[in-house]
Amino acid sequence: MASPFPHSRCACTRSGRRDAAPRLLVNTRTALLPPPRIGNMKLELRGITKRFGALVANDHISLTVEPGEIHCLLGENGAGKSTLMNVLYGLYQADEGEVLLDGEVQHFSGPGDAMAAGIGMVHQHFMLIPVFTVAENVMLGHEATKTGGVLDLDAAREQVREISARFGFHVDPDALVETLPVGVQQRVEIIKALSRDAKVLVFDEPTAVLTPQETDELMAIMRQLRDAGTSIVFITHKLREVREVADRITVIRLGKVVGEASPEASTTELASMMVGRAVDLSVDKEPPRLGEPVLVVDGLSVADATGQVHVDDVSFEVRAGEVLAIAGVQGNGQTELTEALLGLQPHVKGSITLDGREIVKRGVRKILDAGVGFVPEDRTEDGLVAEFTIAENLMLNRSTGEPFVRFGNLQLGFRDDFAREKTKEFDIRAQGIDSLAGRLSGGNQQKVVLARELSRDLRLLVAAQPTRGLDVGSIEFVHSRIIQTRDAGIPVIVVSTELDEVSALADRIAVMYRGKIVGIVPGDTPREVLGLMMAGETPAGAGEAA
Amino acid sequence: MSEQTEVVTQPEPAPEQRDRTVEQSSRWQQAMRDIVGGSAMISVLAVLLALIAGGILIAVTDARVQQTAGYFFARPGDMLAAIWNAVSKAYLALFRGSIYNFARDDVGSALTSLTDTLVFATPLIAAGLGVGLGFRAGLFNIGGRGQMIMAAAAAGWVGFSFNLPPVIHVIVAVAAGLIAGGIWGGIVGLLKAKTGAHEVIVTIMLNFVALYFLMYMLRTPGLLQAPGGNTPKTPPMEPTAIFPPLFPGHNVHWGFLTAIAATVYVWWLLNRSSMGFQFRAVGINPNAARTAGMSVSSVYIWTMTISGALCGLAGVNQVLGTVTSGFSSGIDAGIGFDAITVALLGRSRPWGIFAAGLLFGAFKAGGFTMQAAAQVPVDIVLVVQSLIVLFIAAPPLVRAIFRLPTPGTAPRRRVRASDRRAEKGAAA
Repeated sequence: MASPFPHSRCACTRSGRRDAAPRLLVNTRTALLPPPRIGNMKLELRGITKRFGALVANDHISLTVEPGEIHCLLGENGAGKSTLMNVLYGLYQADEGEVLLDGEVQHFSGPGDAMAAGIGMVHQHFMLIPVFTVAENVMLGHEATKTGGVLDLDAAREQVREISARFGFHVDPDALVETLPVGVQQRVEIIKALSRDAKVLVFDEPTAVLTPQETDELMAIMRQLRDAGTSIVFITHKLREVREVADRITVIRLGKVVGEASPEASTTELASMMVGRAVDLSVDKEPPRLGEPVLVVDGLSVADATGQVHVDDVSFEVRAGEVLAIAGVQGNGQTELTEALLGLQPHVKGSITLDGREIVKRGVRKILDAGVGFVPEDRTEDGLVAEFTIAENLMLNRSTGEPFVRFGNLQLGFRDDFAREKTKEFDIRAQGIDSLAGRLSGGNQQKVVLARELSRDLRLLVAAQPTRGLDVGSIEFVHSRIIQTRDAGIPVIVVSTELDEVSALADRIAVMYRGKIVGIVPGDTPREVLGLMMAGETPAGAGEAA
Repeated sequence: MSEQTEVVTQPEPAPEQRDRTVEQSSRWQQAMRDIVGGSAMISVLAVLLALIAGGILIAVTDARVQQTAGYFFARPGDMLAAIWNAVSKAYLALFRGSIYNFARDDVGSALTSLTDTLVFATPLIAAGLGVGLGFRAGLFNIGGRGQMIMAAAAAGWVGFSFNLPPVIHVIVAVAAGLIAGGIWGGIVGLLKAKTGAHEVIVTIMLNFVALYFLMYMLRTPGLLQAPGGNTPKTPPMEPTAIFPPLFPGHNVHWGFLTAIAATVYVWWLLNRSSMGFQFRAVGINPNAARTAGMSVSSVYIWTMTISGALCGLAGVNQVLGTVTSGFSSGIDAGIGFDAITVALLGRSRPWGIFAAGLLFGAFKAGGFTMQAAAQVPVDIVLVVQSLIVLFIAAPPLVRAIFRLPTPGTAPRRRVRASDRRAEKGAAA
């Protein structure tokens, strides 16, 4: 339970990964494989430097991706991975250095050039048009036409069928993209890239939106593509995935290559390379000292204005001194559930009691005053006012009464003292309390939100995606604060789509699927079981299947 | 999970969708925020650019310049001299009419120009504050005209039909105007908060309602029409209701002090009060404000009420200070719309609006002198005013002309990176 990777399946996955001398193997394999359209291409980046003002986002980065290898680009958020890939994709022009394909220097003035040269990109946020079919999306941007300017959809359909047959994708060319699950949408993105003869495929944080099972499927696809000779650049900060699929690993920190690592390296080694110091990925915590149930949710349903139900008859309780994690793939009602707890959702049925008092339809102000602390999942949109200073953001939800306001006047002296104290206590790194919140790094922004919420008299803490997009250091900090809160006898609800986080923090885990809680299981439930539950299996069924 | 066979048919789990009445920050809001949040430098440069463009227009329309342009290549000096003459004469006349008339003998009468500027500036500042306050809360109040009209009608009615002791009469008339303007603005806030109606549409429509309502009252004996008159015009104000002059012999009156007071009040409201804190939070990020327990609806209602009252103050100044001999339906004199310009130029900061109001007051006061003394049509001033708005609304244009750095992009990354580095350094 101490390790965030308690159930890593290295033993079984390693067998699928090839070991040394990948190049030799590739050549023999590609010779045997049928696909004629995928060629081999060697990608080289030489001394790429990209500056933004005084910031050097990429500092003489050199990288070679051999044909038919999966090359992982590992680094924290903000390390410069995406900048590098945007240079490769022609979205940015490098200040120094060059991109070489098969030894030839390339000059990309836009993504169009990069695509034409054989580079494909699968973006983290899919670049698909939801109301178009798969075939229409695939032909987008290089639409073939028949005489008279009529779209040649049949050709596109055929292309989709051909590529998906080759890789076993099973994608229907006539399905509307919006009706497809996220994992399949991602395959459409891959088909799109392959349909343009991409020989180098860049995956930018591809697993962020996938269930564990979909992630495993994606990895299988990546291996398959590699074996067909495609060079793959896999950008990620998830160590487990890197170790599972990479042939070579390049670690980037603060815009520089800090070194190459072998996939055999332990997660701790990789993490310390990534962060530049030894990190402890586990969360130390005592067994929970359970108290009375503080929050009781009974038969809660949340619908939107159109009547669509997002949370469907959910019941659970949270006791003092425990962390209840709500796991699930994003978009299964977690957002609506947490917003309903804070009174942000207008169409709510059922009952939510805090300390025995009904808080449904009480209004956000009253629920906050009753002692609910809330860390919203989208901190820039819901948690902070970007153009307010740190000091102003720290009083954002206490703007109506003592001690921050007296007789309608802001107490600026008190506010600033408070802000100075909290920036110190929560280690918020900024030039001063007058720095704008929007200019802080994600980790520091989250610390501002946490400082604000944890400085109130809480009866319940609801933290939605508390570490999304944060660097390892900040994740450690946020996790330890959450456990401290729990140990202070305050019930905590953590919503997370990251199974590692769920396993590290939770005393109990509720898994949501399509608005319902599939089951509530102990915190040490194996991740295979959780993964199946996230796809809708009941705990009993999932246990058997796993 | 036995993958491919089932996934294709399986519909996507509930798409992430938010049921929120507050509109997500749209492009329109973003554009407005950019305009309002621009730096003071942009405002100054916009004025400068507009004056240069105005100078070009003055030169081009000048008869002597046109004449010398005919033989430009033979004697270019003639044309350059003519341009210099025309432009300098016009702008000097503008200065004489608005700040210090050095043609006069004594300082007192030379400063009449400046006091005229203050008279013109007073309603512009008041209404500019109203519009600017709306901007800060994310609301676009185009209804300054209607709010001014309703306030002028209320204050005017109190001003000519009541018999009250001197000081009290003014106070009652001002209060009536503020309340009328506040209600007229508050209606908009209420409609937006309760029904989601867009304030731009509602304020525009209420402008017409107010205008035709005023015209009806001006034609109806017993309401606002002067007794015994046929024209749609009110009787003159009672002397007790008129703002007394600040200095004898000058036009500037106590109304200017109300503009200063309003500026101080708005400064306090926005920067020092709990209410203004909520206004600003809602203006920048209504979602975060709502999550922090603020009532976005009541912020809308209060903002529009106070904004309406401030525009109302402009109307009050018109009837109790400037046009005291009875007013007709043109009482708003376009100030409700000029106020938008003033608020933009002042970047919605109270003292910025104060300064912008003075500048526009100076344009108004000096424009007439310019026309009379330099035969430059007063419309040039209007063009200059419009160009100022144009340049302010296009900060990238101004930045490109003066090669200023684009804010936000590079510095933001820099802060983030140095911050990150500090973190690492300390941790290591």
